[in-house]
Amino acid sequence: MAADKVDPIHQFHITKLVPINLGHYDVSFTNSSLFMAATVIVATLFLVMASSGRSMVPNRWQLVAEMSYSFVANTLRDAAGKAGMQFFPLVFSLFMFVLVANLLGMIPYFFTITSHIIVTFCLAMLVISTVVIYGIWKHGFHFFGLFVPSGVPAALVPLVTMIEVISFLSRPISLSVRLFANMLAGHITLKVFAGFVVTLSAAGVAGMAGSVLPLAMAVALTALEFLVAFLQAYVFTVLTCMYLNDAIHPGH
Amino acid sequence: MASNVNTTAEVQHAGAEHGGAFPPFDSSTFASQILWLAITFGLFYVLMSKVVLPRIGGILEARHDKIAKDLEEANRLKADSEAAGAAYEKSLAEARQKAQAIASETRSALNASLDAKRHEAEAGLSAKIAAAETTIAGIKAKALAEVDGIATETAETLVSTLTGESISRSDVAAAIAAVTAK
Repeated sequence: MAADKVDPIHQFHITKLVPINLGHYDVSFTNSSLFMAATVIVATLFLVMASSGRSMVPNRWQLVAEMSYSFVANTLRDAAGKAGMQFFPLVFSLFMFVLVANLLGMIPYFFTITSHIIVTFCLAMLVISTVVIYGIWKHGFHFFGLFVPSGVPAALVPLVTMIEVISFLSRPISLSVRLFANMLAGHITLKVFAGFVVTLSAAGVAGMAGSVLPLAMAVALTALEFLVAFLQAYVFTVLTCMYLNDAIHPGH
Repeated sequence: MASNVNTTAEVQHAGAEHGGAFPPFDSSTFASQILWLAITFGLFYVLMSKVVLPRIGGILEARHDKIAKDLEEANRLKADSEAAGAAYEKSLAEARQKAQAIASETRSALNASLDAKRHEAEAGLSAKIAAAETTIAGIKAKALAEVDGIATETAETLVSTLTGESISRSDVAAAIAAVTAK
């Protein structure tokens, strides 16, 4: 990428590394696939190696692994109660996957898989379909009581039910768009400010002096993006726990 | 998004060279992403639920059990030490009581034997005093008995020496008896 051609969208392009075609579908192994695999490998290796000591008094790596375990376990238990713990592997996998994917994306030149809506939408649909399938399997028709809050006057029931259905249907969208948009916007902003630095510096001494401001912004935004990377993984996890709670306890 | 990029003077829109569409909305890549996400996330889920989570959970469980066991052990030891302390106090009190009993017993035994010895000694002394008194009384009586004889003799000698005439002893004795009887 030339200095006079800073393109903040370029980082989101998907390039085929190993072209694969299945029937009509193009399922090539791309840079996105590579970073999905990297996310799995990094997260798994970290957790396995950190817990390899199995020591009674943990060292700092084991402590991080234990803290992420307890953190997700407490979040899930607070939101969905003891019965929610059967979904612990799913919630923990989602949290670690999103967190590690977001953090890997913070490394320069690395691809951010969560900046693609289809990835976050698939993860959101995984959560929502788990909620719906478990809810119906466990509670049968009672599960739809979720849409009819108790204590509502009969005249208002159709309206409230409609609102509840719409809010339920918008969950996967809000869940996926929130994560996707945060990662996308953050990375674009970062790139734009970093681009300012490059283009201003190319414009001579005055430009170099002027580039101090966008450079400071880029540094500050990097810190902010690390916060966002963690926060969005947490928000995704908390909302997952709350939706799972609906599946376990559908009554309002 | 494209308009946002175009309004930024320094940044040129270069999407055209990659085929136009904004990458996250380029549906031609969706199939690949969905498939690889399913593969990688599925693998990740299996790894987490079969390997990592049982492992970390086991570590936490073991620590929790160990702490609970240690606390229980500590409580048991504390109860033991308290019981030992109580037993010690009890035996100490018993020993003190026993010591006092022995002391008072010894004291009374000593007193009794001392009293006995003193009584014995006093009895011996009284006997000796009584004997001495009888001896003194005997000597005194004897002496007193001799006093009359001596007095008679002395009076007789005095009379005979002074008067030159002898008087019968019986007269003298009668005279002395008359004097002493007064």
